[in-house]
Formats: sequence, structure tokens, C-alpha cells
Amino acid sequence: MSDATAPSPTAPTSSLLKQDERTRRRNRAETRFRAYGMAAVIVGILALILLLTSILSNGLSSFRQTFITFPVTLAEERLDPQGNRDPAEMARVTTFGYAPLLGQSFVEHVQSIGIETGLGPREMAAMISDEAPGQLRAMVLANPELVGETITLELLAGGRIDGFFKGRVTMASAERDNNVSPEQLLLAEALREQGVMETRFNWNFITAPDASGQRPEAAGLGVAILGSFYMMIVVLVLALPIGVAASIYLEEFAPKNRFTDLIEVNISNLAAVPSIVFGILGLAIFINFAGLPQSAPIVGGLVLTLMTLPTIIIATRASLRAVPPSIRSAALGLGASKMQSVFHHVLPLAAPGILTGTIIGLAQALGETAPLLLIGMVAFVREYPSAPPDGFFDPASALPVQVYNWTQRSDPAFVERASGAIIVLLVFLIFMNAVAILLRRRFERRW
Amino acid sequence: MPLLWILVIVLCLGVAGYVLGRQRAMASAGGDRRILHSLPSYYGANVSIFTIVPALLVLTIWLFVQPVVIERQVTSMITDTAIEDAGSRGLVMTDVRRVAEGLDVAIEQGALTSEEARNIRTEFTNVRSRLGEVGVALGSEVTPEVLDAAQRYRELNRIGNQMMTVVVLILAALGLGYAYARTHQEFRARNTVEYAILTILVLASTIAILTTVGIVLSMLFETFNFFQLYPAQDFFFGTEWAPTFESDASELGLLPLLWGTMYVSVIALLVAVPIGLFAAIYMAEYASARVRSIAKPLIEILAGIPTIVYGLFALITVGPLLRDYFAEPLGLGTSSSSVMTAGIVMGIMLIPFVSSLSDDIINAVPQSLRDGSFGLGATHSETVKQVILPAALPGIVGAVLLAASRAIGETMIVVLGAGAAARLDLNPFEAMTTVTVKIVGQLTGDTDFSSPEALVAFALGLTLFVITLGLNVMALYIVRRYREQYE
Repeated sequence: MSDATAPSPTAPTSSLLKQDERTRRRNRAETRFRAYGMAAVIVGILALILLLTSILSNGLSSFRQTFITFPVTLAEERLDPQGNRDPAEMARVTTFGYAPLLGQSFVEHVQSIGIETGLGPREMAAMISDEAPGQLRAMVLANPELVGETITLELLAGGRIDGFFKGRVTMASAERDNNVSPEQLLLAEALREQGVMETRFNWNFITAPDASGQRPEAAGLGVAILGSFYMMIVVLVLALPIGVAASIYLEEFAPKNRFTDLIEVNISNLAAVPSIVFGILGLAIFINFAGLPQSAPIVGGLVLTLMTLPTIIIATRASLRAVPPSIRSAALGLGASKMQSVFHHVLPLAAPGILTGTIIGLAQALGETAPLLLIGMVAFVREYPSAPPDGFFDPASALPVQVYNWTQRSDPAFVERASGAIIVLLVFLIFMNAVAILLRRRFERRW
Repeated sequence: MPLLWILVIVLCLGVAGYVLGRQRAMASAGGDRRILHSLPSYYGANVSIFTIVPALLVLTIWLFVQPVVIERQVTSMITDTAIEDAGSRGLVMTDVRRVAEGLDVAIEQGALTSEEARNIRTEFTNVRSRLGEVGVALGSEVTPEVLDAAQRYRELNRIGNQMMTVVVLILAALGLGYAYARTHQEFRARNTVEYAILTILVLASTIAILTTVGIVLSMLFETFNFFQLYPAQDFFFGTEWAPTFESDASELGLLPLLWGTMYVSVIALLVAVPIGLFAAIYMAEYASARVRSIAKPLIEILAGIPTIVYGLFALITVGPLLRDYFAEPLGLGTSSSSVMTAGIVMGIMLIPFVSSLSDDIINAVPQSLRDGSFGLGATHSETVKQVILPAALPGIVGAVLLAASRAIGETMIVVLGAGAAARLDLNPFEAMTTVTVKIVGQLTGDTDFSSPEALVAFALGLTLFVITLGLNVMALYIVRRYREQYE
């Protein structure tokens, strides 16, 4: 590189073969610039890795749960004093009637296998989840013949005991904790060696409904997954036809005028409106004005439909535009009407692109949280919504909202569960995106 | 007749219309479909459309209008004394509706015959306990006046429903007859059917407009209500945010929230813009095709991750990390939720947003500009800095503005990462709150939509909408106005 201010070509002050100071500086600047770029890319990828490892390391343990297995004697005089085995009569015994039975059986079992502990019966019973009496009661009411027998049950251990096996609760933290004592943890350790306690994969995390703040060990995602699924059905049924119809109009039929411009501007703006504003819309219009029930999947579905429409419309228009005009001309030349050429020829050719766009839109809607908070999806819901169509109007939760809900609870065990719920959510998203990519690879045509 | 049956009958008529229309068209052409103007199925579809569409249209309108009309009729029966007793007209009407519904439920369950329900008297029967037996709980004893109104309500509803059934079915039959009569080999069935389809397409595309109108109207209306209860200048210029349960004492100033929003957004942009821009430059200018094909999708995964995931990341990882290694050693605070936490995590979320938009824009700069610059002896980085970036600047500014609008409207990250305390402070390790956090805070749970504390959320929403809309419009304007046209 020659210097512009070099005095004369006849007397070179420097050699082209030897870099001068300025060239070296420029080359260093070049290397530096390149390094900044590479650093930026690496930072971005590192952020992704950190995000995923943080979620995975916190959440994977939520799929495993500690269970206690021991024989329980279902004393007749406690559960069915009349001895009629009539479920209606036995239903009068509440879970408070079942809890002592469990505690007693547990204490007896611990003594029978010969583990020495300084704990009183009450403290030992506290190691069983508060959820267990309710489960036992439901089991007995469903099958009254069990009363009087001794059955071996596998019951949830308390959240703190479970946390001990997962490393969340330590001897030191138990010292300061009112809900668990180091002696209980020692007993738990001993029981695990005996095979009475076991930590294993827990399907209930995926299928069970939510549980109250005191029993994180029983909380599951069943209602949330079902609620999200219902909402996705609503979104698919509404957003796909409306989005495709709107795109066909705008791309194939719309004349260039004020009205069309207005629609175009609106669609591009809606794509950029913050999602929480859609929540306000849903609250004001669907709940306060139209009187639809709060926390219902139908309202969530409607709000998410409005949010997803721009995404679907933009994707559909792009794939309609990608169909070459010669296809339309050929159809018109053979006597098809404009409508026939679109519906019989253009639309089927654009279908893979439309489907891909729709799946990506659905994936976006599945992860959306903020608008759902405003339409009451944060409510604590323990009942599964019924089958559609009634189920669309029943209260339900949604996966991302369940995550938010769990982060608001004080027990640290819910942090683990929230991360676990995110893993479930991410698995669904990865699946949907993989399907979209496969569809595109398999069916996309290049013209 | 229940609604479902009306629907089923109309749809059956529609199907019948399809078959009849098709047959008649074929018959008029003597079985030779070549003589028909349109394909036979269009004749069928034409008859179905005429059968179903007007009937269902009337049905929908009727379902909306009937309650309003009946309400008005029944309301006039209620005397002022009854209204004073109950507190308001609306409350009396709620009672009336509940009693009427309760009677219907009782008949459905067989607790009352319809005869008994019609002749039920408060003087002889305890209506409240009677309805309580079938599971309809009433707040107070039923007065004769309310019962009368409820009976009238039921009567009008019964008449209304009967009329609706008759009108809708007659309309469906008329439509079928009319279209059937018009079906002939020369009739241009395809044109009518296509016109109907086109109408549907137009209606579908107006939903975008309706949504915008719905957003603006719903927020304007409630914001107007809010300013009736709370002075507008106190909202816009108040520096104190302290809602209380006694409405009069609430301070609902926008400024601390806006400050928090801006602070978080600025930090987010300070993270996202350099990283995003450099990543875009590297991938567009330096990276080999192989690196690009791996790195670009990886970074774009960040854009596909739901914001709740980032929120949790801020809450359980970034927040405690910043607190333990920066805030506490530096003596700047002990809160794990802070402006910094939310800002950094939001910045990560925005990286792919900035990078993929900038990447597209940099790629759109023509190769001839690069070649020209190289030819004059510039290094690659000099070319980027002095030729490509200036050429791509409007697009990059647009991308940054769009990212800013994202940042301002983002909710879950700040809800979980920034905290809930409204304050005007410069310390980035202090918890602050944003407009979106307060919208969520004021509108979740049990809310009373007549109190300023709930209505303020709509004013906040409108403010947010206006700001983001302004940024989006500005971004589009800059991109359009200053875009270089290379041909």
C-alpha cells in the first residue's frame, strides 16, 4: 500500500515488501475488528448455552420424585365404622381420618425393619407428603373392598425430603428450617439404603394437576398442558382460515386503494404491538364486554388468535407470492376463473409454506404469557377442564402461566418445578419447530 | 326450540339445497353438463349459500338484539322504590335474571312443572329456598315485584325464541326456494358463488382493522373513565406511584414507571445493539459459509425462546449472580431483581432481533460497493466502517428502533427480573418497575373495574401502545425515507 504523500516515485522511502507502521496499524485494526465480530457471535451463542444449561440443571430433577413404599393397614373402625362399605357413608371420613393411619403404619414399618431413630411418631409421619392422605382416600372410596386389608402403597415423600435427595436441602439448611429437621434427613438416608425410599421418574409431574403452595412434591402440569392444548386448538381453528383468507384477498384480489393500504398498515402494526396490549384487549372486550368467563381457554385462544394472525398472514403472503405467475396464467388460459385458479392451483402449491408459517405462529402463541395473565389464567385450577366443546369454557391454566405461577410461590421446590415446566414447554416448541423445518425441507419447491 | 336444533335444521336444509340445486341444473340441461354455464357443483353451492347465509345472519343479529329489547321491556316494570331498596337498577335486574334462570333450571330438573313455575307466588311459596334446592343461590328474598318481572322476562324470552325459530326457518326455506327457482342452465352460478367467497375473504382481512379499532377503543374508553376519577396531569406528571386501598389516597404517577421502562430498555439496547450489530457484520462479511450455517440458526434460536424462559433465567440465575458478584461487593444494593438483571437478560433476548435484521440489510448492500472500496485499497474493516455501514445505516436505525419498541413492551422479563418497587433512581442494581409490570399488577387477581387503581392500567396500556406505535412508525419511516436504491 503506497502512501499518498510519498514525495516521488523515483526515490522510494519504503519497500512494498516491508510493512510500514501505518499498514501494520491498519492490519491490527482489521484483526481487532474481526475479533470483535467473532466475540459478538460467541457471546450470543454462550448466552444461549448458559440459558439452556441454567434451565436444564435447575429443572431436570423435577421429573424425578421421591416415593416411600410401605404397607398400610386400612383399619375398618376408622374408615368405615358402620361396616357397610357404602362409599357415600365412607366419604364422611375426611383426609384427617386417613392421615393418622398412614403415620401409624409408617412408624410401625420403620420399627419393623429395625431402624433406630430418635424421632417421635408425629415427626416421622411429617415425612410423608400432605398429598398422600387425599390420594389414599380417593383410592379407598373408589374401591371400598380395600378397607380392613393391609396394602403396600407407594406414596409421595414430603417436598423437603425429596429436596434432600436432590441436593436442594442439606443438613445445614435443615437446621434453620422449621419444616424439616436433620434427624428426619438421617432417617430418610437410612430408609433409602433399606430401599423404602426411592427417587424415580415421576409421570405425575406431567399429568397431575397443580397443588397448593405447601405441597410442591405433588404439583403437576396436567391442567396447564390441557389448557394450552385447548388454546392451540382454538388458535388453529380460527387463525389458520382467517389468516389464509385475508392473505388470499390481499395478495390475489385486493385492488390498490386506500382500504387495502389501511389493512396493510394495520397488519404490520399489529405484528409489533406489545403482547400485553392484546391482554388488555381480551380483558376489555371478551371478558368485560362480551361476558365470556375468566381463565377460560376460549378467551385465551381468541386473544392468541389475534396475536398470531399477523404472523400467519405475513408467512402466507410470502408463500403465495413465491408461486410463479405462470401457474396462474396457465389456469386462466384454460378457462378457470380467478377464484378457481387461486383455490385449485396457487393455494395447494403454497400450502407447505402456509403450514410452516402456521406452526411457527402456533409455537409463538404457545410460549406467550403476558396476555394470559390479564385474562385470569393465573388462577389456581385443580380441576381438569372437561372435554371440548364445554371444556373451552372451563377454567384452565396454561404452560407458561403455570411457570409464572410457580415462580411466585415461596417454597424453593417450586423453582425446580418451574424450570421443569419450561423444559416441557421447550420440548413442545422444539417438536413444533422441527415439524415446521421438516415440512419445509420435504415439500418446499424452488421455481 | 334449542339453538342447536335450529342450527342443525338450517344446515340440513343447506345440504338438501345443494343436492336439489345440482339436480335441477342437470335436469335443465337434459343431463349434458356441457350446456351448463357453470360446473354443476356451483349450482348446488349457490342454493346452499342462499339457504344458510341469510338465515344464520338473522339468527346472529337476533341473538344479540333480543336480550337488549327484553331488558328494556322488563326494566320499565321495576318501580323506583325497588331500585332504592336494592341499591341500583342493575342489581335488581341481576336478581330478575337469576330468578328467571332459576325457574328454568327447576323445570329442567323436574323440581317444578312449567305450570307451577308460571303460577308460583311469593305469598304461598318461599321462592328463594325452592330455587336453592335446585342449586340456584339467591342473595336475598324474592319480592313479588321481582318475581313478576322475572315471569315477564321468561314470557318475553319464550315468545322471542319462538319467533326467532319461525323467522329463521322460514327465511332458510325462502332462500332455498328462491335460489332453487333461479337455477337454470343459463344461470351464472359460478359468479354468485365466487362473489360470496370474495365477501368472506374481504371480511377476513378486515379483522386486522377491527382488532386495532378494538384495542384503541377499549383502552380509550376506560382511560376516559380513569381520567374522570383521577386528574390527568397528576397521572402524566406525578412522580409518586403508591396505589392504596382507600381510593382517595392513591398516588398514580406515570413518571417513575416510565423511568424504569426507559432505564431497562436503554441497558437492554446497550447489550443488544453492539453484540447484535457485530454479530451481523461478522456473519455477513467475514464468516465462512460453514460457520454462518451453524452460528446464524443458533443465534436465532434465542428469538424463538418464549419470554417467560428469559424471565425465569433472570430470576434464578442472572439476578443472584449480579447480586453476589457485583451489587453486594460494590455496596450498591442487596436486591436480586434489578434494572441491570432485567436489562441484561432483555438484551440477550434482543440480540437475534438486531442481528438478523441488520444481517439482511448488510447483505442487501450491493457487492459493487465493496469491490469499489477494496479496489481503492481499503481493508475489509475500513470497507465495513466507511462504506457498508453508512449505506446500511437507515435500515440499522430502523432495526434498533424496532428493538427498542420490543424492549419497552416486554413484560415477562421485567415482571420476574426488575422488581415491583416504583422509584426514580439512578442505581442500576436497585429494583425498579416498569409500565408493563404495573399493568399486570393492577389487572391480575380480583379487580374492581370502577376504581382508579384498576382503570389506571388501561391508561398505562394506552401510553405503552402510543409509545410503541410511535417507535414502529418512525422505524418504518426512516427505513423508507432514507433507503438507498441500488440498481
